[in-house]
Amino acid sequence: MAGFTKRSKVVSNKKMSFWEKIYLPAILGGMWITLGHLFTKKTTVRYPEVQREFSEIYRGKHVLKRDDEGRERCTACGLCAVACPAEAITMVAAERKPGEENLYREEKYASTYEINMLRCIFCGLCEEACPKEAIFLTKEIVKAGYDRDKFIYGKDLLVEPVDPSKRINVSKRQTPEVLEFKKDKNQRHNVH
Amino acid sequence: MGTMLIFKILLASAVLVMSLVVAMYSTLIERKMAGFFQDRFGPDRAGPWGMFQPLADGIKLFFKEEFMPNTADKFLYILGPSLTMFIACLTSAVIPWGPDIVINGQTYSLQMADVNIGILYIFAIVSIGVYGIMIGGWASNNKYALLGAIRASSQMISYELAMSLSIIAIVMMTGSLSMREIVNQQQGFHWNIWYQPIAFMIFLICAFAETNRSPFDLPECETELVGGYHTEYSSMKLGFYLFSEYINMFISGAVMATLFMGGYHFPFIDRLGLSPNAFAFVSFLVLFAKITFFGFIFMWIRWTLPRFRYDQLMRLGWKGLIPLAILNVLITGVVILLNK
Repeated sequence: MAGFTKRSKVVSNKKMSFWEKIYLPAILGGMWITLGHLFTKKTTVRYPEVQREFSEIYRGKHVLKRDDEGRERCTACGLCAVACPAEAITMVAAERKPGEENLYREEKYASTYEINMLRCIFCGLCEEACPKEAIFLTKEIVKAGYDRDKFIYGKDLLVEPVDPSKRINVSKRQTPEVLEFKKDKNQRHNVH
Repeated sequence: MGTMLIFKILLASAVLVMSLVVAMYSTLIERKMAGFFQDRFGPDRAGPWGMFQPLADGIKLFFKEEFMPNTADKFLYILGPSLTMFIACLTSAVIPWGPDIVINGQTYSLQMADVNIGILYIFAIVSIGVYGIMIGGWASNNKYALLGAIRASSQMISYELAMSLSIIAIVMMTGSLSMREIVNQQQGFHWNIWYQPIAFMIFLICAFAETNRSPFDLPECETELVGGYHTEYSSMKLGFYLFSEYINMFISGAVMATLFMGGYHFPFIDRLGLSPNAFAFVSFLVLFAKITFFGFIFMWIRWTLPRFRYDQLMRLGWKGLIPLAILNVLITGVVILLNK
C-alpha cells in the first residue's frame, strides 16, 4: 500500500493488556486532556460586541459611488448585470433632464437599480465589469432578516451618501493593477 | 413537639427548594461547562454570564405545545414524568445535611428522617425510579420510546445490583444502615473512600448508570433512538424528565459525599471554636462543596467520554462490576475478621 498516502498505518489487532482493559488509565488521560481545554483561551468572538477584523478587500454589501461633486457615476449601461453570474442585478435606465446635472454625471442614469442579496454570491464581477468605477463591494455585511422581500436592495440602500464625511472609502479595492486594467482600451468594455 | 413539626416542614421545604434551584442552575452550569470544555463560552446572552438562562428555558418549556399522541395511554403518559420527578425529590429525606442545631435551647436535627434503614430507603426509592421511565416510555406507544425504556430498565436494574453490593462493604465496616451513623463514623479525615476505594469506584460508576448520565446515557441516546424514552414528550412533561435527571445528579452527589467522603465532616472544622449553629452552617457548606465536586465530576465525564455500546454496558455491569463488588465484600469481611 506504500505510495498512496503518507499517513497510512499498519493496524494491529493485538490483545489489550490488563491496564488497557480496565480503561481507567485511558479515561483519566482523556479527563486530563479535557481539563486542559477548560482553561485554554476560548475561540469564540462575542459577535455584536466584538467584531472580527475584516480583510481590506472583503467582498460584502455593494455601494454605488458618487463622483467628487456628489453626482452618481452609474450610467445604467448594464454591464454589471450582464457580468453577474447569479443574475442578481436589474436596472432601469432614464435620461437626465435639464437641471439634474448636479445629480447624475452623464446624460443617462439608472432610475432604479436593484440587487437581490439572496441571489448575489459576492463574487465581485460587477465591480470588475463596471467601466465607470461606479459599483464597488464594501466591508459592510448584508444583515440577516425575516422577510425575503427586504433583501432586494434598491438605490436607497446602495447609493452612497452625498455628505463627504459619510463617503465610503473604496481606495483599497482600486489596486494599481485594477486601475491599469481599466485604462486598457484594448479591452472592449473599457472603450466608451 | 409542635415546634419540631414546624421545623421538619420548614426543613423539608428548604431541601426541596434547594434541590430544585440547584437542578435549575445545573442545567446552566452543564451548558457552560460543555462550552468551556469545547473552547467556547456557553450561554451568556440572558443576563450576566447567562444567569437567567434557566428561567428562559423554564418559561420556554411552559409555553411549548402540550403534545400527546392519540394512541398513548393518557393516565400512564402523565404518570410517567410525574413519578420520575416525585421520586427524584424523595431521596433527599434521609440525607443528613449537617450536625444538630440549637434554637431556644432545643436541639434540631438537620436530617428530615433519621430512619435506621437509611441506605435501604435510598435503594428502595432509586429502584422505583425506573418505573417513571418505563411507564413513560411504554405509554407513549412509540417504538423508540419503548426501546429507550427497555434499555433504561435493564440498565438500571443491572447497575443497582453492583451499587448495592458495593455499599454492603461500607455497611459491614460501620455496622449500621443509618446514614447519620455512617457519617458520624467518618469524623475528621476517616473518610470511607480511603478504606474502600474499590467500593467507591463501583458506586461512582453505577451512579452514572443510575442517573442515565453519559457514558451510560443509552436510554436517551439521540443518535440511535431519536430521544429515547421521552421521544413523545413535549413541554413541561419533557421538562420534568430532564429536570429530574439533574435532581438525581444532585442527590446522588449528596449520597456519595455522605457515604464515602465523610458527609459534612472536614478535618479541623470542629476545632475552629464556632457556636453550634455556625458550626452546623459551615458543615453544611462543606457538604455542599463536596456535592458540587461530584457534580463537576459528572459533567467532566460527560464531556470527555463517548457513549458505551449496549453489550459493552451489560458486560461491564454483570461481568465486571458485580464480581468485583462481591470480591470487595469478601476481602472486607476477611479483614474485619482478622482485626477482631
